Amino acid sequence: MLGVLIILLLALISSFLISRSPETTVQQGKFEDILSALPQTQCGKCNYSGCRPYAEAIVRGEADINQCPPGGTETIKTLANLLGRQVKPLNPENGLEKDKHIALIDETLCIGCVKCIKACPVDAILGAAKQMHSVLAEECTGCELCVAPCPMDCISMQAVTG
Amino acid sequence: MSTEVHTRFNRELHPFPGGLELKTYKELTNSKESLRTPLPDKIILPLQQHIGSPSETIVKKGDTVLKGQKIAQASGYISVPVHASTSGKILDIGTCQSIHSKSEQVPCIIIEPDGDDAWFELEPVTDYLSIDPEILQRLICEAGMVGMGGAGFPAHVKLNEGTATAIDTLIINGVECEPYISCDDRIIREKADYIVSGTRMLQHAIQAEHCVIAVEEDMPEAFEALNALIDDDIELVTVPARYPAGGEKQLIKVLTGKEVPAGGLPIHIGIVMHNVGTAGAAFRAVTRGEPLLSRYVTVSGNVEDPRNLQVLLGTPVEHCLEQVGYQRRDDEAVIMGGPMMGKHIHDISMPVVKTTNSILVTSGFNRSREKPCIGCGDCVDVCPAKLLPQELFAYARAKDFEEVRALHLFDCIECGCCAYVCPSNIPLVKYYREAKNDIAVYEKRQAGYEHTRHRFEARSERLDRIENHVDDRFDKIKTLAADQDPVEEDKQSYIQAAVERMKQKKIKRKIK
Repeated sequence: MLGVLIILLLALISSFLISRSPETTVQQGKFEDILSALPQTQCGKCNYSGCRPYAEAIVRGEADINQCPPGGTETIKTLANLLGRQVKPLNPENGLEKDKHIALIDETLCIGCVKCIKACPVDAILGAAKQMHSVLAEECTGCELCVAPCPMDCISMQAVTG
Repeated sequence: MSTEVHTRFNRELHPFPGGLELKTYKELTNSKESLRTPLPDKIILPLQQHIGSPSETIVKKGDTVLKGQKIAQASGYISVPVHASTSGKILDIGTCQSIHSKSEQVPCIIIEPDGDDAWFELEPVTDYLSIDPEILQRLICEAGMVGMGGAGFPAHVKLNEGTATAIDTLIINGVECEPYISCDDRIIREKADYIVSGTRMLQHAIQAEHCVIAVEEDMPEAFEALNALIDDDIELVTVPARYPAGGEKQLIKVLTGKEVPAGGLPIHIGIVMHNVGTAGAAFRAVTRGEPLLSRYVTVSGNVEDPRNLQVLLGTPVEHCLEQVGYQRRDDEAVIMGGPMMGKHIHDISMPVVKTTNSILVTSGFNRSREKPCIGCGDCVDVCPAKLLPQELFAYARAKDFEEVRALHLFDCIECGCCAYVCPSNIPLVKYYREAKNDIAVYEKRQAGYEHTRHRFEARSERLDRIENHVDDRFDKIKTLAADQDPVEEDKQSYIQAAVERMKQKKIKRKIK
């Protein structure tokens, strides 16, 4: 009788543990670690508005660990390690992993509309209204957020050599 | 380990932990006179032959250069210039094979020698013992001097630190503990006067209180050569032949009993160490004005006539091997450096650089297959840095960077003792090097993330302040601007005045 009770109890506990998916067991304390594993480009390719919201979504168990194209395999590995999960390939729906690119403004076409300046999350574009704009190559993270707002389509992404 | 002492100063020696007694094979080369290598067809000078930032080219393709002329300048404090090691034409400023990785190319300057070996104008300094130490350091830096024992740390940096801190002991390291290599032994025998004078010069440069020259006990001829030249100002010590007694930290332990703190430098315990070759070359650089253009290289192993060569920097390895009767065979490997710490080179057209102490040809080199670690602990016994090699191995393979750091990976001197004794043939050092490299890459990336995050957060905060009027200064500015806004009438007169001014200007221009 006691044996049957113990078996039932164990079965209950194990089913309870299994039902708790790994996503929901993430500790809040790991949030900072998760956030710092993300490349901080704020590009939004993960379907969240920035790195912090994405990290929060991972903690809440809403988002998977393979949604960050700029971080790529390395970020996925770090996240997998932090959360004790399997490494998986980058979700192609979010984008593809590629070598570092930075934005380049075609200065012959730029009309100085400041739209790209407003879009840049890291203040990497310099310029003023009706003045030519330039990208600070050192600071550009290659998030591509400046490309779409440009009315002249004069911003292109260039591969970084060396 | 015996602590036999034969020195007039009666210095007590201290054994270092771990280490190995290896068969040295130095008899292959150490009794033979060194030869000057003839000019090669091509001189290849990498811009980075030292630890620190690479030098910057100051010549163009097609320029004619003279022997000893500076062709690349130092690009920072931890950097040194590069000089043309013979006269000729700059054939190209391109790339050559890196010693670190098969796939990596490094920038270099290629010179086509004209055969004249014509010297650039030299500026010798004779009062090297009374000259201002700072000038001496600058001269040594300008001569492109780096540590010639193998690591290639810019020599002037170690000297500069010397004047900033009180130095108790200057150690000149002639302890060549790796098997086969005898270039220090030979340079002492052939250029003992340079080394002793150079030692005195370096002692003056760092204002060291004591000065020790250390050689290994299996170098009696070198000992005698030095002994004949020194006075009571320099202490000459022989240390037992035990690998890696010539390692910086190990030699300090043997000579002084002191240990360099983890992550620290010898300077932190009042010690500066230079290689014998560096002392000799620095002396030559100051008193004859000749920058670092050549070095002694031991070419040994499976070649017809193993010996030491005096090689111009930038000479292809292939050219050195030709001098000692090397015939290429498929089952052979060529190693740059010693058998314990050296690196395999896949391309023998790569050049001899400032840190190349040896070129070895190993016959039938075919390491047995790597087997799993059996936890025997032999590696722990031989580790001279008192680390736990098998634990490091496990965590390095698992890429657990935090753990390898905690196990003091960065105190590993990569001496190879652990891999040498491993019964499972695990190339442990290879794993440590990879881990060190991975950590460096990881930290660089993480620093980049941190920087970006900082910029993003600063921007968000700023936008937030403006948006929510958190800072009343913004409102103040707005009211100020409103106050100063001229009334409509005034506005008109302003514009009128401006138009008038422009008219006046135009008239003036017309008159001109």
